[in-house]
Amino acid sequence: MSEAVIALRGVRAELGARPVLRGIDLTVRRGEVVALLGANGSGKSTAVRSVIGQVPVSAGEIELFGIPRARFRDWRRVGYVPQRTTAASGVPATVTEVVSSGRLSRARFGMLRKADHAAVRRALELVGMADRAKDSVDALSGGQHQRVLIARALAAEPELLIMDEPMAGVDLASQEVLAHTLAEQVAQGTTVLLVLHELGPVEPLIDRAVVLRDGCVLHDGPPPQAVGQHALPGHDHVHPHAPAGAEPIRTGLLS
Amino acid sequence: MEILDYAFVQRALLAAVLVGITAPAVGIYLVQRRQALMGDGLGHVAMTGVGLGVLLNASPVWMATAVSVLGAVLMELIRWYGRTRGDIALAMLFYGGMACGVMFINLAPTGSNANLTSYLFGSLSTVSQSDVTAICLLAGFVVLVTLGLRRQLFAVSQDEEFARVTGLPVRALNLLTAVTAAVTVTVAMRVVGLLLVSALMVVPVAAAQQLTRSFAATFAIAVAIGVTVTIGGTVTSYYQDVPPGATIVLLTIGAFLALTALAAPLARRRARALAAARPAGDPAECVIPAGRGADGPVGV
Repeated sequence: MSEAVIALRGVRAELGARPVLRGIDLTVRRGEVVALLGANGSGKSTAVRSVIGQVPVSAGEIELFGIPRARFRDWRRVGYVPQRTTAASGVPATVTEVVSSGRLSRARFGMLRKADHAAVRRALELVGMADRAKDSVDALSGGQHQRVLIARALAAEPELLIMDEPMAGVDLASQEVLAHTLAEQVAQGTTVLLVLHELGPVEPLIDRAVVLRDGCVLHDGPPPQAVGQHALPGHDHVHPHAPAGAEPIRTGLLS
Repeated sequence: MEILDYAFVQRALLAAVLVGITAPAVGIYLVQRRQALMGDGLGHVAMTGVGLGVLLNASPVWMATAVSVLGAVLMELIRWYGRTRGDIALAMLFYGGMACGVMFINLAPTGSNANLTSYLFGSLSTVSQSDVTAICLLAGFVVLVTLGLRRQLFAVSQDEEFARVTGLPVRALNLLTAVTAAVTVTVAMRVVGLLLVSALMVVPVAAAQQLTRSFAATFAIAVAIGVTVTIGGTVTSYYQDVPPGATIVLLTIGAFLALTALAAPLARRRARALAAARPAGDPAECVIPAGRGADGPVGV
C-alpha cells in the first residue's frame, strides 16, 4: 500500500458544547481520490477543516504526509479550495491577482519570479479562465468564481488537493470543466480529498467514498451505488400511496 | 510661489504629502478586510497618548504612536479571543482612550482645550521640526510594510483561511496591519487630526474603486488621490485660513463624488467594448430557436 497522505485517527471536535466529530478515522493514500459525503451537519466540512488546522480538535491524531499536523510546515504540497462564499472583498481584484496569492507558498519573501507568473498562467489555463485573467473577480458568475478558486489552489502545483464542496452553486458547464480539470490532476498523480453533497459529474473519478453521519464514519468503501434520482444523497423516498404523515423511507446511507 | 517661503508651510506640506501616501496605502487593506472604521477607533485611542505627552512634557507624536500601537495590539487580541462580546470591548477601548486623553490634557499645567482642538482636527502652524522628523520615520515604516509585503497582506485580507493554508503567518500579518494602521494615525494626526484620520484611509480607496478592476490600480489611484487632496487642502487652508483637516476631508469626498459621476459612462463604454469583442455566435439578447416559439411545443 502506498503512503498515507492524510491520516485521521479517532479525531473529535466540538463546536461550543456540541460534538461535531465523534472520533473519526480517515486515511487518504497517495494518488487516491476520496469523496467525503454526508448530509448537512454530518461533520464533513469540519473534518476537512480539521485537516488544514482551521478547527481545533479535542482528541485524536491528524497527520499530513506522515507528519503530525501541528508540526507540518510544508504547505506548498497542499492546495485548498474553500467553500465558496458569496461575500466579496471590499476592494476589487483581478482574477490573476487572486490566483497569484495561491503561489505565495512557493515564493520567497512574497516575491513572484518569472516561473511563478508562468505557473499562475498555467493554472488559469487549466480551468479555462485565461481569457478572463484581467477581469475583476466581482464580474464573474458563481461557476467562474469557483474555477478561479481552484486555479488559486493549483497555482502552487500541489501534491494534495483538498476541496470543500467545489460543485456547490456551480452551473452545469462549469461543473464539466471542473470535472475535466480534476481528471487531469488525478492523471498526473495528485491526491484528492473532496467534500461533496452529491457525486455528480466527478463520480467516475472517485476511488472511495467516506460517508459521515452525526460526526461518525458510516461507510468507507466504494462510492454508494444507486441509479438515477435515487442516487442523489439525502434523497427521500416519499411514496404517493404512503399514509399521510408517514415518515419518509430514507435510503439510509446519506440522509 | 511665496507660500513656500515660510518654513512652517514647508513642514506642513511635507507632512501632508506623507499623509496622502500612507493613509490610503494602509486604508486599502483595512477596506479589503472590511475594517474600514478601525482607523477611527485607533484615532480615539491615540488621544490618550497625546494627553500623556502633554502631561509628561514628552513628544505627543511619539507618545501617541506608542499608545495607539498598544491599542492596535489590544484590538487584534480582542478580535482573536473576544468572539461575541468583541464589539463591546472595542467600544470601551475607543471611548476610554478618548476620555483618558481629555482628562490628561486638562490635568497638565500647560494643557488647554485649544491645544486639544489642534490634535483633533489638525493644524498647519503647529507642525514642528521634531514632528516632521518623527513623521518622516514613521511614514517610511508604513510605506515599507504596505508596499514590501503587499502580496502577503493582499492574500491575508482577501481570504484569511486560504492564507493560513498557504503557510503565511496570518496572525503576525494581522498584527502588523493593525500596528501599521496605528502608526499611520499618528503620521496623519498633525495635519488631518485624530477625528478625521479615518476618512483619509477609507475615502480615497472608495473613490479609486469607482474606476478600477484590479487591486494594484486601486492602490495607485487611491494614493494619487490622497496626495492630491492633502496638498490641495493644505494650500487652500493656508490661503483661505480654514482648518486643514476639514478642508482635506471635504476635498476627498468631493473627489469621491466626481469619480462616481465619471464611473457610470466609463462602465457603459466598457460594456460596449465587451459586447464588440463577443464572438458572432454569442448574441447578447435571447434568441428563440425556430420552431420553439410561443406557439410551438414546449419540450423539456
